[in-house]
Amino acid sequence: MKIKLPEGVRKPAARARGGVAVPHKKGTADSPVRRIEPPAQVVIPMLQHIGAPCEPLVKVGDTVKAGQKIGDTAAFLSAPVHASVSGVVKAVAPVVTVGGRRIVSVTIENDGKMEYDPENRPPHIQNREDFLHAVRESGLVGLGGAGFPAHAKLRFPEGAKVDTLIVNAAECEPYLTTDYRECIENSWDIIGGIYSLLEFFDFQQVIIAVEDNKPEAIEVLNRIASSKQDIGDKIQLMALKSKYPQGAEKVMIQTVTGRRVGPGKLPSDVGCVVMNVGSVAFLARYLKTGRPLISRTITCAGSAIREPANLRVPVGIPASAVIDACGGFSEEPYKLVVGGPMMGFALYDAAVPLTKQNNALLAFAGNEMAIKKERACIRCGRCAAVCPMNLSPVFFAEKLKKSRDALELQKLGAMVCMECGSCSYVCPAGKPLVQNMREAKELVRGLENK
Amino acid sequence: MKKLMVTASPHVKSGDTVTGIMLDVIIALIPALIAAIRIFGPRALLVVVVSVASCVLTEYISRKIMKRENTIGDLSAVVTGILLAYNLPANIPLWMVVFGAVAAIAVVKQMFGGLGQNFVNPAITGRIVLLVSFSTAMTTFPAPLAWTGSTDALTTATPLAALSQIDLGGDIAAQMASASLPTLPQLFFGFIGGSLGEVCTVALLIGGLYLWARRVISPAIPLSFIGTVALIMLIASKGNLTFMLYELMSGGLILGAVFMATDYATGPVSRSGKILFGIGCGILTAVIRLFSNLPEGVSYAIMIMNIVTPLIDKITTPKPFGYVKEKKQKEAA
Repeated sequence: MKIKLPEGVRKPAARARGGVAVPHKKGTADSPVRRIEPPAQVVIPMLQHIGAPCEPLVKVGDTVKAGQKIGDTAAFLSAPVHASVSGVVKAVAPVVTVGGRRIVSVTIENDGKMEYDPENRPPHIQNREDFLHAVRESGLVGLGGAGFPAHAKLRFPEGAKVDTLIVNAAECEPYLTTDYRECIENSWDIIGGIYSLLEFFDFQQVIIAVEDNKPEAIEVLNRIASSKQDIGDKIQLMALKSKYPQGAEKVMIQTVTGRRVGPGKLPSDVGCVVMNVGSVAFLARYLKTGRPLISRTITCAGSAIREPANLRVPVGIPASAVIDACGGFSEEPYKLVVGGPMMGFALYDAAVPLTKQNNALLAFAGNEMAIKKERACIRCGRCAAVCPMNLSPVFFAEKLKKSRDALELQKLGAMVCMECGSCSYVCPAGKPLVQNMREAKELVRGLENK
Repeated sequence: MKKLMVTASPHVKSGDTVTGIMLDVIIALIPALIAAIRIFGPRALLVVVVSVASCVLTEYISRKIMKRENTIGDLSAVVTGILLAYNLPANIPLWMVVFGAVAAIAVVKQMFGGLGQNFVNPAITGRIVLLVSFSTAMTTFPAPLAWTGSTDALTTATPLAALSQIDLGGDIAAQMASASLPTLPQLFFGFIGGSLGEVCTVALLIGGLYLWARRVISPAIPLSFIGTVALIMLIASKGNLTFMLYELMSGGLILGAVFMATDYATGPVSRSGKILFGIGCGILTAVIRLFSNLPEGVSYAIMIMNIVTPLIDKITTPKPFGYVKEKKQKEAA
């Protein structure tokens, strides 16, 4: 599909290596985000981010208000968690969460009043330190799926010169349309978030990166960005090729700026920081209202969902309540997936609570998820051809079968793998290549921890 | 609710399958089959059918004996069967075909673990086994169109045999004119002596283009292989273009470069590895053709490069994204 780009929209600086053309299946793109009635009960895990889990700050029987902080920790790599409804704490106990881990969680019985914590006030910010503190207190984690604490991402290492902010609206996973809806519905929040970031950081350029299969989002954002001439043309739109995994951080930095984040390096090492478009828009709202991250948008779709939709849901809502809000199952589900179909987690149970990180809930009927018959590897090399990190999964598979030498696996670049799933996706022999990579990474980690 | 299926990500997969790839290769081989039937008659088809049937049956029986899963459904034995037949004269005794098929599938493929595990190409090795066992039958080729009765000669030499008689130190053009060589169009359309599937250059190229268009093969190996042979032949003949074209279009070069050197299991994975592999095949083919007393060297060249493949893979493993050499890293610091 050839799309004519509006005036001023930039083209990518470099071509991404590898990648796969996954079917987009973004059937919910035109479904406006709908708020749903908060469920009778929410379960709020103390770990909804990459890093250290929070300690619960409440006990059974306590009354909590919406937006009240109910979990925090002194660890740097973390983000506090907040109550998403007002009500009474019913339990503080480990609960099975998305991904299968048991995490201490606070169960709140909703009193239906949705009373907000009076403590939730717009933060007073004088300098970057105040800003980072406010970002931490907001509980913001990367809303694109990985859940990296936003304040930690923005605290650049000593001496790093970060000149480029990339606002990631690629949304390259199939089915997902929450970032797209954010671009269309909350365009001004996105620009507002960028403005506040520009106030406390000296970015030379801010690039909002959207895949070119979302022309409406590009159009809207470009119009707003080019109307804000008070800061020159610092904020620019870039249309990227629609190719999975375009939205992966390293891939994004390379295509947008041409810079490469090498093994073991951070985006700040090449002067970049990448933030999800939803995270940036949330920042603008938080700075205005002081209301922390207690709800988020989620795409609920898939062949077994009766009425696929984009919903605004409170954090801690059980997956089953989201499905009910979409008219329930249209047929018996074969598989439930939280996140995109390429990197998401399959659920054992629809009662699992959804967190800040979760941008999609997908339910599939059996037929389309049929597992490919596993055959012998024919060394066709497609896994290596599509790997965005230039790895050769076929060699990892061969090594894991034979020597299992951690040192060799490390040399092959095991730790560079981001588990995007492109290799497993294309493998004609139906090999579980991503699992091989995870196994290789485990072996290398064992070596590094020695 | 029934129990939910839980697997690791990704939860969607492409439609590509091993069987689909093999089917594409089979489709790509059909033009050459049609040409072979036209040129050598129904006997060519019979050789192909016997070869395919023996390969599939051998695969089935070997898997059964080894108490392993039946794999004839992946169609790789069919591909081996067709390729083996393409490397044989159309008038070869059928029991020899069976012998070659058993060697290719039972010994070369299954004894080393089956599909993807063999370290040399089964069809090529099958051909080599037959060549060393029955050299007369393997080098007596029916004359093109002899089956229609339109020619007097029943058998013919391959153009390669004639080419190998040429003294490259002397006047090449004059020697080629006096030698009994087919014309270039005859070469291109395959009306020459040779193995039944290797003669028709145009049919093989159509198959190769199909495989490229379907992204089953990349042009890296065919181009580097054929290009290297072309370059060396040009140098050896002091720039005689006609001699070079005759070398490219006679013998098994096109068949080997497009369909056998590109075998995944026995070739390198990376692009640079593939180019290196192709160049190696090209050099070996040219050296054998020019300096040994064998008229043809494509099979030996590919087999030798098959054996070197693990080494090529090792030295051409791509570096991870953004990797900087340690030396450069130090310089930058």
